[in-house]
Amino acid sequence: MTVSPLAAWHDRLAALATVLDVAEVPFRSQLTVRVSDPDAIAAMGSALGVPFPSAACTFASGTGRFGDVEVLWLGPGEFLVTASPGLQVTIEEVSRGALGTVGGSVVDTSAQRTTLVLQGPLARQVLAHGCSVDLHPASAPVGTCVQTLLARTGIVLQVTGEDRYTILVRSSFAEYFAAWLSDACAEYLAVA
Amino acid sequence: MQLIPCPWCGPREEAEFHYGGQAHVAYPGDPSALTDEEWARYVFFRENPSGPFAERWSHNAGCRRWFNAVRDTRTHDLLAVYRVGEPMPEVTA
Ligand SMILES: [Zn+2]
Repeated sequence: MTVSPLAAWHDRLAALATVLDVAEVPFRSQLTVRVSDPDAIAAMGSALGVPFPSAACTFASGTGRFGDVEVLWLGPGEFLVTASPGLQVTIEEVSRGALGTVGGSVVDTSAQRTTLVLQGPLARQVLAHGCSVDLHPASAPVGTCVQTLLARTGIVLQVTGEDRYTILVRSSFAEYFAAWLSDACAEYLAVA
Repeated sequence: MQLIPCPWCGPREEAEFHYGGQAHVAYPGDPSALTDEEWARYVFFRENPSGPFAERWSHNAGCRRWFNAVRDTRTHDLLAVYRVGEPMPEVTA
């Protein structure tokens, strides 16, 4: 049986519910795509049903033959494709087909990170305990996607809605992240 | 903590960055033709100005891209940032 990186933490994260809703969404399909050619980027976008984001520090969502797919900007010419579990092999094949003979790469990195969804009016305040990026909607509107540090561990953070964030953290740092999050919530639990 | 403006990601905390030394040090056109002294000068000798200094920085906790910055070594102020391949901009220190 495959155990998700935060399997041992599900109950402890659920116990934070009075402060914020936190849930691991494990085993998401994730592929790192390196491509700079605009035509190849467009071809991959139509193959996956998501136009790739053109602006830095944003992500795009769409629905196609692989269901709901997101494409995250990681750097110039570098993207992370995320989708439901179990689709990585097919997405890899389809994306490579769309890439054709153009220089680039598609690599399955699904095991690299696990995904957490954080939601609630206090989410931004809790994240501010360890993340220096300004998440106020005026500077980080819905659709923002940044790679940054949270409590010294590297994360990918997506702003997916009002007071709603998706965080990707390296699997080996996931328990550290969960422990940090529990600690950051502690003072709000006391008030609640 | 000081904010450093990544040319791709915008201002981020200094802790997200890695320093890469002097910028615009050209690789020798014909390395095998260099004397030991010339090679040592290429590898180890760097400017050490008091004032604006063009340097390489990497946004290693963000977009992981190298870029160039002009930093005033007296104040640690970043006077300009620019992408690799672009010429050093004019700065007023
Ligand atoms: Zn950057």
